[in-house]
Amino acid sequence: MDEKIKKVSIVVSKGGLDGVYPGLIMANGARMEGIEANLFFTFFGLDAIIKKRMGRIKIATVGNPGMHMASLLGILPGMSAMATSMMKKTMDKLDIPPVPEFIEMVSDAGCRLYACKATVDMFKLKKEDFCPQVEAIINVGKFFEISAGGQIIFT
Amino acid sequence: MAQKQFGNAVVEVDDEGFMADPAQWTRDIAAAIAREEGIAELGPSHWKVIEFMQKEFKETGQAPSIRKLNKTGIMSTKELYELFPGGPAKKAAKIAGLKKPEGCV
Repeated sequence: MDEKIKKVSIVVSKGGLDGVYPGLIMANGARMEGIEANLFFTFFGLDAIIKKRMGRIKIATVGNPGMHMASLLGILPGMSAMATSMMKKTMDKLDIPPVPEFIEMVSDAGCRLYACKATVDMFKLKKEDFCPQVEAIINVGKFFEISAGGQIIFT
Repeated sequence: MAQKQFGNAVVEVDDEGFMADPAQWTRDIAAAIAREEGIAELGPSHWKVIEFMQKEFKETGQAPSIRKLNKTGIMSTKELYELFPGGPAKKAAKIAGLKKPEGCV
């Protein structure tokens, strides 16, 4: 058997439910296998760890070909909220928690969370804007340093 | 299907060492699997998790997720990772004599 993966660092760069969940599931899954895991949130992925936003992340119904829905329908008021609520119900049944609970769970599982300095500066954010699970705001150089000896996954 | 000996007992296991038949499970076997998984001794907290997992498995046919163990107040996520280092859901299921959990979370 090939050598096992011992460490992963996962970049979450996209916002929206479909942008945020894959990274969270992979990081949590890594911890469940005893793999060391880091999460690095950048650009709109940052929404997942911003206190005021993490509980309101929706799925885009416009410009999202994966929804199999005409964009004209997607622009109707409440469409995105409805799609989000339907998806959340399904996920809850599968024991996939809402974003704030997921962040807490993955952090309790021993995954370390970081915010990207460039984005934080660009959006004029402060450490206080983030949930307490975020360990630090770090630059790309530090991210590579933290990722040393492991695999990097970009989502 | 492979066989594995724990003390005097011989049990059926899959290729990753998960017991094939929960009916063959005993507390002694659990302790032996735990030692193989690097847990020297099973304490009251371990047993609390193991017994809940077996009860859930009987009722639903699936081992409960880490989230469920946390939400039902059986054991917090942090404590679970401390009790079963290196993969609590899998290790606890293995020690409880259950099949390997299939879920992603």
